[in-house]
Amino acid sequence: MSTTEQEYTPIQDTGFGKKAAGPVEWLDDRLGLAGVAKKNLRKVFPEHWSFMLGEIALWSFVVLLLTGVFLTFWYQPSMTEVEYQGSYLPFNGLEMSSAYKSTLDISFDIRGGLLIRQIHHWAAALFVAAMMVHMLRVMFTGAYRKPREINWLIGLTLLLLGLVEGFAGYSLPDDLLSGTGLRFVDGLIRSIPLVGSYAEFFIFGGEFPGDEIIPRLYMAHILLIPALLLGLIGAHMLLLVFHKHTQWPGPGRTEKNVVGYPMLPVYAAKAGGFFFVVFGFLAVMGALLQINPIWAYGPYNPSEVTAGSQPDWYMGFVEGAVRVMPNWESTIFGSTVSWNVFIPGMILPGIFLTVGMLWPFLEQWITGDKREHHLLERPRNAPFRTAFIVAGMTAYAVLWIGGGNDIIATKFGLSLNAITRFVQVGFFVAPVIAFMVTKRICIGLQRADANRILHGYETGVIERTPDGGFSERHAPLPAGSQYTLTAHDRLPALEAPAETDGNGVAAPHGRVAKVQSWLRARYYDGALDKPTVEDVHHAEEHLSGHDGHPVELGDEFQGVSETGIPRVH
Amino acid sequence: MALLVVGGVYTAVAPKPATAETATTNDVEAGRQLFLVGCASCHGKNAAGIETKRGGNYGPTLIGVGAASVDFQVGTGRMPMAQTAPQAPRKTPVYTAEETRQLAAYIASLSPGPAVPDGEYTDLDKASVEDVREGGELFRSNCTACHNSVGAGGAMPGGKYAPTLKGVSAKHIAEAMITGPQQMPVFSDDVITPEDKRNIIAYVKQVQDQPNYGGLAGGGLGPVVDGLFTWVIGIGGLVIAAIWIGAHGARVKKS
Repeated sequence: MSTTEQEYTPIQDTGFGKKAAGPVEWLDDRLGLAGVAKKNLRKVFPEHWSFMLGEIALWSFVVLLLTGVFLTFWYQPSMTEVEYQGSYLPFNGLEMSSAYKSTLDISFDIRGGLLIRQIHHWAAALFVAAMMVHMLRVMFTGAYRKPREINWLIGLTLLLLGLVEGFAGYSLPDDLLSGTGLRFVDGLIRSIPLVGSYAEFFIFGGEFPGDEIIPRLYMAHILLIPALLLGLIGAHMLLLVFHKHTQWPGPGRTEKNVVGYPMLPVYAAKAGGFFFVVFGFLAVMGALLQINPIWAYGPYNPSEVTAGSQPDWYMGFVEGAVRVMPNWESTIFGSTVSWNVFIPGMILPGIFLTVGMLWPFLEQWITGDKREHHLLERPRNAPFRTAFIVAGMTAYAVLWIGGGNDIIATKFGLSLNAITRFVQVGFFVAPVIAFMVTKRICIGLQRADANRILHGYETGVIERTPDGGFSERHAPLPAGSQYTLTAHDRLPALEAPAETDGNGVAAPHGRVAKVQSWLRARYYDGALDKPTVEDVHHAEEHLSGHDGHPVELGDEFQGVSETGIPRVH
Repeated sequence: MALLVVGGVYTAVAPKPATAETATTNDVEAGRQLFLVGCASCHGKNAAGIETKRGGNYGPTLIGVGAASVDFQVGTGRMPMAQTAPQAPRKTPVYTAEETRQLAAYIASLSPGPAVPDGEYTDLDKASVEDVREGGELFRSNCTACHNSVGAGGAMPGGKYAPTLKGVSAKHIAEAMITGPQQMPVFSDDVITPEDKRNIIAYVKQVQDQPNYGGLAGGGLGPVVDGLFTWVIGIGGLVIAAIWIGAHGARVKKS
């Protein structure tokens, strides 16, 4: 070890260091950033692939900014009618809006325009998808717990803004598909009781479609929302640095430290490299896979529609909810309230968002856990939370089926009505089934963990007893693995809340406490507690040597090969 | 009396659909023989249809459907049906072109109906650039709601569907417009002129025959396929890349 420490030369003694010292000092005298940089360039981040999911979103956003700037050079946000004379022959001489014409020009007459447009669109689809996957990772591992609740809220706001930003961009080409999507959103806005029609006139500058909406969406798409996104991404990452990244439990990892690699050189290289991977992926997708062929749809005309009109995937759940909603409508004081649009189109996404925003606080209230958490929780060790998330994902996925019901019907030869009925029922039933199944799987995995701790791991060595029985030899788990498997908290003792205080008077907040206690019992219901130290000792002392119980195999044992022969023997 | 006059005037003035001029008596007789073997079990010996006990029909009447309808249904393989289904699917035709012509001649002989369109109106080379543009306008106004903007087809209630227009001949598309088979409405020559029909077909064919600008197109099915690609290729691929990067830490020993 002592030799390796001498192998590198401090940077200030290298040729480059000596030359750079002057300019660097000049900069530091004027900016004074050396202190901040020294601290943060060596900032330690833990290592795990799932910590890079948010990076996919970040790098997609960078690609969106780069490609978006290119597109603004040519795109004309105007609904003025012009005659098309470009090189796409089927539309030669067709009347269309400038917005649509300029998008056709980008696609057919600007060098590299179609490629950049497709990269931009794929990046948008990936941006939202990556945010969602990142959010699921954070949720499944409990990374939103104290002190990261505010960052969780910022993250959800980013997701919401991402949806709006994506939708605004999708509408800009003013083609038949995006116009239909805009009409859909117009319907959502108008479904709001009382203020709906006023809101429509306010947003569209008159009746749909008017000639204001494209310039307005353009402003939102290239200025307002990107600025908000940029600011919130900055806040999101500053908070990440301030809180330090969460880490998986393991030997040497505690709530008070972060074990990993420093920003420079390891993470700078990894994250920087990942940017190029993401950019490369998007470039390949943009080059090989067609997305949003606006020429196939034609210019927007409110009297036309095309079969297979769908929003981009991230609005698919709203589309599905609206498609399968029963036709409920009522007239109150002479004005129609379209529950059939308002409930699935406005209330349902509102519920998803509200539950998401409240979840960290709700969980904290249910469990009564007010401590800080920097160690992640394995999904199996929080069966209720994991099952709850999977239930939510199931409801969301069922709505996706509803949104693509026509495509599924034609491609799989199914009845549209049967799919719709399935979604109507499945939206309520499938999450319940998913919840129960997921919870059982989590508990099963907890049992498997407990088994490995108490009985060791399966070596693959099969032993035959003199009377002909077969058993697999188990070997004790290495201490490090044992630690990792048992690093989580013990389940809290559940007690009924006191109904009366010391004087026999009904306790204040008695009813709330009861609800809380009932929820807490549900939250921990069925979860398996980790084995105690006594359990482990008992297993070691009394069970060793028996069939299927851990036997010390010595340090040279390194598992068995595929044919069952110990690798080293 | 008034009825008689109106009727008489109508017969005199009404546009007379061309009834298979080229059909000979022999064709009609040959067609009738084919009909009795292959079609009569559902459509009845006189092609008047067979009614079920409940008042529905086992096979509809073919009197007055015209040669165009026969040429479409039999020529695209929809008839004879292989089994009962919400809708008769397109399949390999059972009858040869000659037999189809004979069947059409027989049905056309029963009562006048739309004839097989004139070759002049299915010759797409005659459509100019302006014609194609016009055809596109008509296609988007009348057809895309069911058939999709590139004619890829679409779903309808109860297992029915608007079929894809890919690989369908110009003649058959024109016949479908005149006769309105299955779920499709009739677009008679008075509503959409034969020239306009030709322009619509010319637009569809041009759009379907042009290269997939921008790459692999996912069948013209729109954002559902895009979403699938985003998740499977985009997220799937980048997660694999992330796992690969994560597995190559600074201190991972490589033996």
